[in-house]
Amino acid sequence: MKGWGAVCSPTAFGLPPPEDIFEQMNEMRPASEAELCEIIRAASGPLVVRGGGTRGALPAGAVLETGGLNGVTLYEPGALTLVAGAGTPVAELEALLATEGQRLAFEVPDLRGLLGREGTSTLGGVVAENASGPRRVSVGACRDFCLGVRFVDGRGEVIRNGGRVMKNVTGYDLVKLLAGSRGRLGVLTEVALKVLPRPETEATLCLSGLSDAQAVEALSAALGSPYEVTGAAHLPGQGTYLRIEGFEGSVRYRLERLRAVLASYGAGAEVASPWAAIRDVTALAGRPGDLWRLSLRPSEAPGVVARLGAEAVVYDWGGGLVWALMAPGSDVVGRLGAFSGHATCLRGGVAGPEEPPTIATLTNRLRLQFDPRGVFA
Amino acid sequence: MDMPRPDAAILSRKARIVARLREVLPADAVVDDLHELRAYECDALSAYRCPPLAAILPRSTTEVAAALKICHDEGVPVVPRGAGTSLAGGALPTADSVILGVARMNAVLEVSYTDRFIRVQSGRTNLSVSGAVEEAGFFYAPDPSSQLACAIAGNIAMNSGGAHCLKYGVTTNNLLGVTMVLMDGTVVEIGGPWMDAPGLDLLGVVCGSEGQLGVVTEATLRILPKPEGALPVLMGFDSSEVAGACVSDIIKAGVLPVAIEFMDRPCIEACEAFARAGYPMCEALLIVEVEGSEAEIRHQLDLIMQIARRHNPVELREAADADQAKRIWLGRKSAFGAMGQINDYMCLDGTIPVSSLPFVLKRIGELSRDFGLDVANVFHAGDGNMHPLILYNANLPGDQEKCEALGAEILKLCVEVGGCLTGEHGVGIEKRDLMAVQYGPADLEAQLRVKDVFDPKWLLNPAKVFPLPVTASRRAG
Repeated sequence: MKGWGAVCSPTAFGLPPPEDIFEQMNEMRPASEAELCEIIRAASGPLVVRGGGTRGALPAGAVLETGGLNGVTLYEPGALTLVAGAGTPVAELEALLATEGQRLAFEVPDLRGLLGREGTSTLGGVVAENASGPRRVSVGACRDFCLGVRFVDGRGEVIRNGGRVMKNVTGYDLVKLLAGSRGRLGVLTEVALKVLPRPETEATLCLSGLSDAQAVEALSAALGSPYEVTGAAHLPGQGTYLRIEGFEGSVRYRLERLRAVLASYGAGAEVASPWAAIRDVTALAGRPGDLWRLSLRPSEAPGVVARLGAEAVVYDWGGGLVWALMAPGSDVVGRLGAFSGHATCLRGGVAGPEEPPTIATLTNRLRLQFDPRGVFA
Repeated sequence: MDMPRPDAAILSRKARIVARLREVLPADAVVDDLHELRAYECDALSAYRCPPLAAILPRSTTEVAAALKICHDEGVPVVPRGAGTSLAGGALPTADSVILGVARMNAVLEVSYTDRFIRVQSGRTNLSVSGAVEEAGFFYAPDPSSQLACAIAGNIAMNSGGAHCLKYGVTTNNLLGVTMVLMDGTVVEIGGPWMDAPGLDLLGVVCGSEGQLGVVTEATLRILPKPEGALPVLMGFDSSEVAGACVSDIIKAGVLPVAIEFMDRPCIEACEAFARAGYPMCEALLIVEVEGSEAEIRHQLDLIMQIARRHNPVELREAADADQAKRIWLGRKSAFGAMGQINDYMCLDGTIPVSSLPFVLKRIGELSRDFGLDVANVFHAGDGNMHPLILYNANLPGDQEKCEALGAEILKLCVEVGGCLTGEHGVGIEKRDLMAVQYGPADLEAQLRVKDVFDPKWLLNPAKVFPLPVTASRRAG
C-alpha cells in the first residue's frame, strides 16, 4: 500500500466509518471516472491526487491514485494526436509513439533520481505538473501540447474542456488552467495531446570554459540565430551545450553555422548527447541540501545565481530555468531579493517567496470555485 | 442573434456616467456624441449593429483602471475593443454599454533580443509588433489574416492563430505575460519574460477569454529569429479525399511544414477571377510551405513532392524564386477578398480532426445543396482549421437567416466528427448559441465559475461566448 504512511484516522478525512475502510481503500485507486466521482463526493478531504508519485509535492492526506484510469483511447499519427487516460504510464505512451516515429516533444523530465522517488510517471502527473524538459525553450511546455482534458472537480462532477484538435478557441481554455494545477482544481482523467515527429538525428555542440555570464550570453546568441536550437543549457565547470535536431544534412549545416555564430566563445566540440542528464537534473541528484527551482529572465540568471551562493546549479532553457542545490536552511528568499521570475523550494521545507496579493486572491477564488469543500490537499 | 434588452436605468443615467468618466479621462478620450458613436456600433461581423452608450479611448493602464472602477460602481457593462476586426461579434456593444477601445495604447515598452521578448501596449497592431523587431532579424509568430489591422489586445482575447501556427503555435503559445485591469479597477500583473507560472496558469485562461475576465493593457510577447528562407510548393488534385490523404502522409513522414493551406474548386475559381494567380482548375489545391536554408528547403520540398507524386497530382508547381512564391500565395491571401467581390459571405471557423476531412467536405457539399447556398472552402489543412465561406445575398429577405442556419449545421458537423466550433475566430455572439452543442451543462458551468472569479458582477462583455439563457441569472446580478 504505497503512500498510506501519513494516514492515521480515516474519519478525519470524512471517509466512511472503519468497517468500510478496506472497501474504501480499494476505491482509492478508482478504475473508472464514475468511481472517481463517487470517491470525491464521499470525501471531505484532504485527498492527495497521485499519478505515480514521481514528481511534485506530496502533502499529507489520503492518497488517491489515478493509475486505474489508464489506456490509450485514440492515436492518429497523421493528425499528430493522441488521447489517453490520465493514469497511463508515460513510458507506455513514448513506446507507442516511437512505433510511428513520433514523440512527446516537450521532453518529460524524469526527476526520480533528483527527488529520491520511485514509481511510474503517469500522463496525468506530467500534465498536472506541466513538466517540461530542455525542448521547452523552442517548441513549448507540456501545457502547449495539451489539446483537451476531462477532469473531476471537487464537487465530484466530470468536466470536459478543449478537444482533440490543434486549434480550438471554443470557450475558456481550462486545459491550460488544469495543466500545472498540481491536483488542486480537479483530478485529470483523460488528456488529449499534440505529438510531433521524431527528427532523423540530433547533434550537440559543447563550449568549454565559459563563466556563467558568458555562457548565458552564448546561449542567447544561439537561440537568437535562425538555426533552430532545441536545447540550450549550461553546467558550470562542465560545459555549455546546444542541441540541433532534424534531417541529417540540415543538422550538419546548422551545427557549422552555429559554430560560426559562436566563434568568439571558443571553438566548441561536438559531444555525445547530454540531454537526458540535463532534462533529469542528474548533476544535483543524490546530493544532500535544499533544492530550489528558479524560472526567470535569462539575462538576470547569472547575477541571481551569484547572489544565491549555491553549492551547485544547472542552467537550462537558455538560462531561463535554474536548478540550485543550497546548503540546508539557506535564506534563499532573502538572497534572491527582487528579480524577474519566481522561485520554488522542492526540498528543504523553506517556503518560497509569496505570490503578489492580487494573484493570490484570484488563485484562492478559483480553488474555491472548483473545490468549494477543500477536498484537494 | 439576440442581445440582452438594454437596462433603462443605465440609459437614463448616461449624462452622469459620462461626466464621471470625463473626471478621470482626458476630454478627447470620452465619446458620447451619437454620430461619433456610430464608429463603434459593430466590428467585422457587420450584420449586427448597435451604438454603445459611450466609448472611451484611454492611453494608459492607470486611465483604464480609473474608468473601469467608475463603470463598476455604476453597474455599467463594458465591452473591450481592440481594432474591431472580430468576425464573431466579440466587440459588438449593447446600447447600455461603454466601449473601451485600446487603439490609442500602441507603444512599444521594451524590447530584448537577448531574452527574446517584446513588451507592448495592447492596442498595437499584430504586424507592427513584428515591424518593431524586424531589423534585428526577429518576428512575432502568430499571423492572423487581419494582421495589418488587428490589435494584440484582440489577438489575446480570441487566442488568434494564423496560417503558420502548424509550426509556431497560436497566441497562447507565444504570450509570456500581461498587465490586465479587472472590472473593479484592480491592476494585475500575470507572467513576464520567463517561461512558466509559479502557481495556476492564469495567463493560459486569460488568453482566449474574449475580454470577459479583464482588459489587457500591456503584453509581453515571445519573439523568434526569422528563418533563413521559406518556399511554397503548389499541388492540385482531382479530389479532396486525395488531397487530405496527401496532407496526412506529409505529416506522418516527419516533415513539419510551417503551413499547409487547402482550397476547393469554388474557391480556386473565385481567386482566379479576382487575383489571376494562375492556379490550376482542379477539385483541390494545396499550398505547402517549408522553411530553412536553401539546402534544407530543397531537402524538405523533395520529400514533400515525392509524397505528392504518389497521389497522382494534376499539378505540382515549385516556386523557382521569391516572385513565383509570391504568386503561389497571392490567390490564397486574396481568397476572402475575392469571395467578397462576388457575394456577401459568412466565414466559418470550425476545426476538425484532419482524418475526417474528406467526409466533412462531402457533407458540406450535401448541406450546401440542401440549403441552396454555395459554399467555398479554404482552410489550414495541417491543423484541421476550416474556413467554409457561405455565399448569400444580404439584400434578399431571409437569405441571411438561411445562411446562419446552414452555418450552424456545418459547425454541428465539425463537433460531431470530434472537432470544435471555432479554431481561431472566437465564439463572440456568432457561435454563442451553439456552445451547448460542444459542451454539456457542467462543462459550461465550470467556465462561468471562472468568470465569477474575475468579474463577479458580470459586467465585462457579458452577452458573449455563452448562450444568454445560461448566463441570465448571473447577468441580472
